[in-house]
Amino acid sequence: MKSNTLILHTAALFIVPLQLMFSVFLLLRGHDEPGGGFIGGLVAASAFVIHAFSFGSEATLKVMRIWPGDFLAAGLLLALASTLPAIVAGQPILTAHWWQIPLPGGDYFKMSSVLIFDVGVYLTVLGTISIFVIGLMEAED
Amino acid sequence: MLLAVLSGFLLAVLTPAIHRVVGHTVGWVLAILPASLAVYFASLIPLISDGGAVVKEFAWLPGLGVTLGFLVDGLSLVFALLISVIGTFILIFAGAYLRGHPYLGRFFVIMLSFMASMLGLVLSDNLLTLFMFWELTSITSYLLIGFDHEDSNARKCALQGLFVTTAGSLALMAGLILLAVMTGTYSLSGILASSDPLHEHAFYLGAVICVLAGAFTKSAQVPFHFWLPNAMAAPTPVSAYLHSATMVKAGIYLMARLNPALGESMLWSTLLVLFGSVTMVVGAWFAFSSSGIKKVLAYSTVMTLGTLTMLIGVGTELALTAFVCVLVAHSLYKGALFMIAGILDHETGTKDLRRMGGLGKTMPLTALFACLAALSLAGMPPLFGFIAKELMLEALLKASFWSLGLTVAAVVASMLVVGVAGLVAVRPFFSAFLETPKKPHEAPPGMLAGPAFLSVVALVFGLAPYLPETAVLQAAMTSVAGTPVDSYLALWHGVNAPLVLSGLTLVTGITLYRLWPTLQPNLSAVNTAAARIGPEAIYFRFMEGITHIAGWQTRVLQNGVLGHYLLVLVAVTFGLAGFTLVARHEVHLALDLSGSRFYEWGIAALLVAAAVFSSITRSRLGSVASLGVLGFSVALIFILFSAPDLGITQLLVETLTVVLLVLVLFKLPEFVKLSSPLERFRDLAVAIVAGTVMTLLILAGLEVQYFESISAYYSENSAPLAQGRNIVNVILVDFRALDTLGEIFVLALAAIGIHSMLKLKAEDQYKP
Amino acid sequence: MESLMAYVVGILFAAAIYMMLRRSIVKLVIGLILLSNSANLLIFVMAGMTRGAPPLIPDGAQAPLGAVADPLPQALILTAIVIAFGVLAFSVVLIRRAYEIVKTDDLDQMKDTDT
Repeated sequence: MKSNTLILHTAALFIVPLQLMFSVFLLLRGHDEPGGGFIGGLVAASAFVIHAFSFGSEATLKVMRIWPGDFLAAGLLLALASTLPAIVAGQPILTAHWWQIPLPGGDYFKMSSVLIFDVGVYLTVLGTISIFVIGLMEAED
Repeated sequence: MLLAVLSGFLLAVLTPAIHRVVGHTVGWVLAILPASLAVYFASLIPLISDGGAVVKEFAWLPGLGVTLGFLVDGLSLVFALLISVIGTFILIFAGAYLRGHPYLGRFFVIMLSFMASMLGLVLSDNLLTLFMFWELTSITSYLLIGFDHEDSNARKCALQGLFVTTAGSLALMAGLILLAVMTGTYSLSGILASSDPLHEHAFYLGAVICVLAGAFTKSAQVPFHFWLPNAMAAPTPVSAYLHSATMVKAGIYLMARLNPALGESMLWSTLLVLFGSVTMVVGAWFAFSSSGIKKVLAYSTVMTLGTLTMLIGVGTELALTAFVCVLVAHSLYKGALFMIAGILDHETGTKDLRRMGGLGKTMPLTALFACLAALSLAGMPPLFGFIAKELMLEALLKASFWSLGLTVAAVVASMLVVGVAGLVAVRPFFSAFLETPKKPHEAPPGMLAGPAFLSVVALVFGLAPYLPETAVLQAAMTSVAGTPVDSYLALWHGVNAPLVLSGLTLVTGITLYRLWPTLQPNLSAVNTAAARIGPEAIYFRFMEGITHIAGWQTRVLQNGVLGHYLLVLVAVTFGLAGFTLVARHEVHLALDLSGSRFYEWGIAALLVAAAVFSSITRSRLGSVASLGVLGFSVALIFILFSAPDLGITQLLVETLTVVLLVLVLFKLPEFVKLSSPLERFRDLAVAIVAGTVMTLLILAGLEVQYFESISAYYSENSAPLAQGRNIVNVILVDFRALDTLGEIFVLALAAIGIHSMLKLKAEDQYKP
Repeated sequence: MESLMAYVVGILFAAAIYMMLRRSIVKLVIGLILLSNSANLLIFVMAGMTRGAPPLIPDGAQAPLGAVADPLPQALILTAIVIAFGVLAFSVVLIRRAYEIVKTDDLDQMKDTDT
């Protein structure tokens, strides 16, 4: 299934990368403002869905480079990995850990196990929905 | 102690490997375990022979307060010794009896597990572990009885034994819990040590009835006796073990064990004496009128079980002395006789007593041990069985109630049993020679070892009764009675009433034996007629009834129509919830429109319209489109009422849902009307009731708050503790991160499921 | 507003259950979607509805200023929305497969296929 409208093609070329960047933005600001892993993952997945609708699922898989199932696996592994700091420290699992990482220019980046967990959620949602939609589209062809 | 109980299970695990290595001698190798256990238990004799007890505890489930406690006193030691000693010879016997059987390894696995469960049962101090081992014996004996699993009769009999005993054990569990509630402890030693009388307790009646229901079913008391003779479908070593010293004695053990706590009441004595004496007479009757050697022995076991129950019920010091002696004597001779029955069956190829005869010449040793064991069964000097029988008669003569009736019953039973002893020991060996299906030979040493040892022990105990008496029997009597017992066992008490009665039973018994060939066909015809209304017939009718009810309820409730399931579920749930709401909370439908803004009215109207339209439209596209409208309206509500995260998520998900539906639903056929107007009306009525209940629920819930909300904690600690300012996100990824972790795994599962459904082509496998 | 929404949710539930009781499998799916939406709304309404006060903490503050909406039901609903989507996708694909194999969308006829 793929669309042949010029408008959608052209729009998709611009929208998809913008939407992907926006999804990462939503993910990173999620702890303080509306956003987070679920929403970010959904936005990113929607980007690929738009791409698939305009160029076909095969092209989307090529653009993604990584098979959606691997996103899913990576997401689950990251989420599990975020439990490790607490286990190493002997605390109940998923107790949050925070590290201040200095950035050039005197600023600090708030790195945390919570962020790793949220990235895991992001990747899992992205992988799951890509599998749903791209899988179905492949089946239709 | 822990090792002693668990070693059987451990060895059971290793048995298949051992079997592969040592081959046919596996019986001898495995017998080393019960033999060494017997030595270990024997080494405990000095500790408890003066009436002491050993209690050992191991923490097992400390969180639930369940300990693996073991109690060794006279009673449990007697049982443990019988189990391990007889077990040793049974394993050797089984190795020879089942030589070359393809499932010999499997047999020993179950046999050892059963032995270990039985040991655990008699040594447990904790009521819960006792119950657990009790159930384990039921399960393992089920597997043993049905060992010959290709025979449908064996399967049926095994299942019958399992049903009867587990039905009883369900009651037993209730009884044990009641007992624990009454005494405040699950420890047997604690219950026995507590001095306050349980008779006046409100739960006493219930506890006694429940415990006895368990004990009576397990120990095959009338009217639950029928499973025991049927259990003879098992291979003979199993029968020899289960029905001499173990399985069926479990119920007896329990009654004896709890006698000090629950006994000494009119209720307890009456029930035990009544059921016991009836079982005794019925068992003796059936034993004498059967013709298969194993059936004869099985019914004589029923008779002994009745005797034991009755003796506990009589409860005098003398009766309890008799109880312990009968128990030991029976285990010895019945173990031996069953093994001899196994030898006869193995060597001649038939179990029918009417077809055996004159085997004494070819099997002299078997005949010798059979005679010894049978003399003990018949209660003749100088065997231990004589002492036991004399004691029993004396105890009944001196019983505090129903003395005459009980004595008469016991004498009648004893006469029949003398006849039975003749049937199993005299008839096959010393009557005129009969041609048997197989050419008989003397049994191999592995099969003779058991009968030889057990019958010789019965002889030694008879000649020197003070040996077992001072070692364990007196201690055992003390634990059954609850107070120290002084006994004096002797072979010769002079000419007294029991001796005269013994003589009477002997003479009558021999006469009965001579008449057996003419009597038996008539008696068995009577039994067949009686069986039609007997307890076994009731059991079968009951089982048929259950199947019937199950079939009926499956047809009505589990009919495979999804709509029907849903209808029943929804109607019941909402009906009950609605009834409770209306009846207990007095909620009424009230509409409070103050504080609503006009655009919110608009959204509400849009929601309702979309929901209704999607339900009534005949076009799939219209339905999907109105679902989209509904989803976006919900998103709007989330955004308007302070839930930005929800709004965004809902919008995105709604979009994807429409994509999904478009991709799939249009591959499916158009809507058609499948149900009749009446069905639709019924469903609509149910749906409206459900919707109304939900409205009522919300209206009621808005006014009630049972607990303080935990939301305040999240709001206050989000920034200081979790360094996040979006509280919703902080809850998701920090406070309740474990829930979210679970959720993403569910998502992953859905993805894997979808992927496999799309990629696997089921058609390839199910091509017609 | 909660009072009004209670009726809306009730109607949504009624529509959902009515659709789930249909014999057509597609209508069952539509009922499922309606049901998840009404359940989400139910939780949202019962927690109380607050206008214009999202549960966010302003930059630099340690606690939300003034009364804000209850964050807990929102977190519950957020997971519920995503899970419901996963379940929906799964059931839709399942139905598609079932239809391909048994060639009917009538639930009453589907029950006979496993014999």
